[in-house]
Amino acid sequence: MNKIPSALIIGLRRGSLEIKQFSRQRESVVFTLFFPVILLVIFGSVFQNTIAPGVTFSQYFVAGMIASGLVNTGFQALAITIPMERDVGALKRLRGTPMPASSYFIGKAILIFASMAVQIFMLLGFGVLFFGLEMPTEISKWITFTWLVILGSACSTALGIAFSIVPKSGRGASAVVSPIVIILQFFSGVFFVFTQLPWWMQQVAAIFPLKWLTQGMRSVFLPDSFAAEEVAGSWEIGRTLIILLIWLAIGIYFSVRKFKWDRD
Amino acid sequence: MSLIEVKGLKKNYGALQAVRGLDLQIEQGEIFSLLGPNGAGKTTTVEILEGFRVRDSGSVSVLGIDPQIKGQESREWRNRIGIVLQNSADAGDLSVGETVEHFSNYYSNPLDVQHVIDSVGLSEKQGALIRTLSGGQRRRLDVALGIIGNPELLFLDEPTTGFDPQARRAFWSLIQQLRSDGTTILLTTHYLDEAQALADRVAVINHGQIVEVSTPTELGGRATAQATVQWRDGAQIKLEKTDNPTDLVTKLSTSFGGEVPELIVTRPSLEDIYLEMIGNPDE
Repeated sequence: MNKIPSALIIGLRRGSLEIKQFSRQRESVVFTLFFPVILLVIFGSVFQNTIAPGVTFSQYFVAGMIASGLVNTGFQALAITIPMERDVGALKRLRGTPMPASSYFIGKAILIFASMAVQIFMLLGFGVLFFGLEMPTEISKWITFTWLVILGSACSTALGIAFSIVPKSGRGASAVVSPIVIILQFFSGVFFVFTQLPWWMQQVAAIFPLKWLTQGMRSVFLPDSFAAEEVAGSWEIGRTLIILLIWLAIGIYFSVRKFKWDRD
Repeated sequence: MSLIEVKGLKKNYGALQAVRGLDLQIEQGEIFSLLGPNGAGKTTTVEILEGFRVRDSGSVSVLGIDPQIKGQESREWRNRIGIVLQNSADAGDLSVGETVEHFSNYYSNPLDVQHVIDSVGLSEKQGALIRTLSGGQRRRLDVALGIIGNPELLFLDEPTTGFDPQARRAFWSLIQQLRSDGTTILLTTHYLDEAQALADRVAVINHGQIVEVSTPTELGGRATAQATVQWRDGAQIKLEKTDNPTDLVTKLSTSFGGEVPELIVTRPSLEDIYLEMIGNPDE
């Protein structure tokens, strides 16, 4: 009698299956990968003003788009598609096999990370080619960028899986999830300069991860002189790390304890 | 010890008593069919046996294990069972071959992927995306995914709903093949002819309890129930109910001088017996 494959092995296989499945859904591929670029083109073309010495709005916006891409690709996509998988009985079928829940979560994390990587590559490419985005040269900024993307993806995946228990059906999921994400984007300084938002909006945004991800991305792509323009007068990297870790823990807790495999 | 043993099983949903003290034994190697009207507690019972639902009281043993176990032990247990659910319609963007191959990775000793695809009759659809399959073909894929782990016990829930008669016959012979390979099968179905054709034993469940367990031919005293003899007498079709159909046929044969025109002898069908047993469903 052989052993049942480990949770990690099955998780990796699920990851490649999820990517294969995703890449065959042309609409979602276009929406997920190109939509942020389309937004960048629109906003970058409309707002060509300079918001601080040497900082254009498009640069500010690219940082925000990468951060909100993490939320769209992970949290929003999962909180909508998982209830759909639940509706058609796909999750219940998986529950009836020896596949552990952790393998399913690992597969989702791999899918989100992979599509995030493609999306970031495209955003940076467009940003550099058409909107005067400058790539950071310091190694420390790339280190910040790397952990922001990895931790941001993980956080967004975990919260998306956790939030998938909220929508009652796949059909209604988009109506529950999308407004939350859009409001969060406005509050967190993706579409506007954060410090110009009303004080109460800033306070609300500071509870959620997106504000910290956008601020973190600005620390990577904007000159350090701009740090003085932030709410705290600095990039607050340490605090960003802590807040993302807390949200990751919350996401994992609810995913593991409360995940719903069946409709009722 | 029986493969499945249930004693005094109870499950309530709020004030509704879905299952009220149900006992059941299913032996190794048999096809056992659970019959019952909607709301009789059939689905709840099966979902408790499958480990999808938690019981309120009673004892349940499936392959010697309590289905409520968790963690690694649960994985070991699920490695030995297969479940074919009602309505699964997922992963439309993968091919038949990719899906079966992927599911085979969940088990310790899966069957050969090609063999399973062949045996459910999907060889020609191996490379086809699932969303291009017909309803019957999808159901065959469901069965393929249920048996790929080489299970000792297979749960089949309403497997042939929406099949045309030809596809049902083909499906039945697939199930009989699995049984002769040694798989124990618990079949829930609404089709009495399906239970008749496949099951070694049937149980009728109503109001959350087992009403009777028997073979399909003997259920409800069916084998010894009054027979109906029908024949043609001139322009008329005649019917007579009798406990001794052979006597009647002999008598008729004598009076007709040999062949009785359009002779039919029937016992009540499984469906007749079943409907009598469950009574008025609105009671």
